[in-house]
Amino acid sequence: MQNTPELLSTREVAQFAARGFLRFDGLVGAEQNERFLHEFAAGLAGPKPAGTPLGECYAPGSSIARLLALPRVQGALHSLLGPGPIFDHHFFHVLDGRPSRPQALHQDSTIDTRTAFDVQLFYYPQEVTQDMGGTRFVPGSHLRLVNEASIARYQNVLGQQHLVCPAGTVLLFHHGLWHGGGHNRSGKRRVLFKLRVQPSVPQHRHWDTSDLGPATLDPQPIFVPGVWDENDVQSILCSSEPWYEDDTKRLEYINRIQLWRYLLGDARADAHYWSTRVENEPRRAGG
Amino acid sequence: MTHRQQVLILYLANSALDSRVVSWARYDGTGQHEHLPGDSAEPPYASGLAALRDGWRLLQMSQLNPPAPGGEFTVSYQRYEFLFEKWAPVPDGDPAPATGRG
Repeated sequence: MQNTPELLSTREVAQFAARGFLRFDGLVGAEQNERFLHEFAAGLAGPKPAGTPLGECYAPGSSIARLLALPRVQGALHSLLGPGPIFDHHFFHVLDGRPSRPQALHQDSTIDTRTAFDVQLFYYPQEVTQDMGGTRFVPGSHLRLVNEASIARYQNVLGQQHLVCPAGTVLLFHHGLWHGGGHNRSGKRRVLFKLRVQPSVPQHRHWDTSDLGPATLDPQPIFVPGVWDENDVQSILCSSEPWYEDDTKRLEYINRIQLWRYLLGDARADAHYWSTRVENEPRRAGG
Repeated sequence: MTHRQQVLILYLANSALDSRVVSWARYDGTGQHEHLPGDSAEPPYASGLAALRDGWRLLQMSQLNPPAPGGEFTVSYQRYEFLFEKWAPVPDGDPAPATGRG
């Protein structure tokens, strides 16, 4: 079956650049969720080697191949990664419902200085209730350069989210997003399928760019009281999180703009003038 | 009576002790309370000053260092860490040793 991918909008990509995740509640249907759990219980085929083209990793018709073929999943991965994404690894995170401790906050892998980014897909085939230990994550943390579990000391962060969701929910994380497994107190087993995918091409403008234009890209009046459009791309890129320090939030905007420039393939793009201002180095004529 | 240390770590919005709390962690050497990752949505105090007023003793605060050349725009660990302690009695002798991580 050939599905037409549903590409992300510019606004959705800007939200991903700003907050480090996208969330699609109940995206996968009940029959497909059941089939996934059945195949998981029966034992899924082992993973392909890291570096394999994603398109070669899962047998056609398997529940994971069907997940990746969903128009929204296919379109979102294409929008963020471009064509020909590369399989890194997958893992089944299973909390069996016995008493456990929540996982400390961490960033996956290790220090990663790239502007290019990997996407981590989280798929929850079951409903996740509050007591089932849904993934905890910190919006807007993805651009902080830290090293894995070095952030374990941050027990609680203002604005942290605990995933509670209907069956079939899919999250897409920037690889740097701080997260940790929750505390399953439900007595029920919780299954999470996580898949890390890398780009094989520059991640420039692979989404639906039909809404990109002067209103999105050109400089705007700034620091105007009462003018703030939450749907405006530049405003999305310059929206703070409750846990940001007063000063560091401005550095966050500048780092988001760096990521946005990469996504646009435009080294001069800006949002609310944060980067242009500090890059203005007039040269003396003839000097 | 035996006493043990309780530790409170507050991360504030700027370098001022009376600025708002944005992140927090607690460790209780008395064994009376177990504080776990993700166990609370609201900070225990609105500011570092509010913790002082509740009897916490300030042990350390982050230094203000200029950014490293080339890293002026890098975002990383939370910048404004304030470490507090209290000494609290242990009601029935030594607390049981903690198990596991954290």
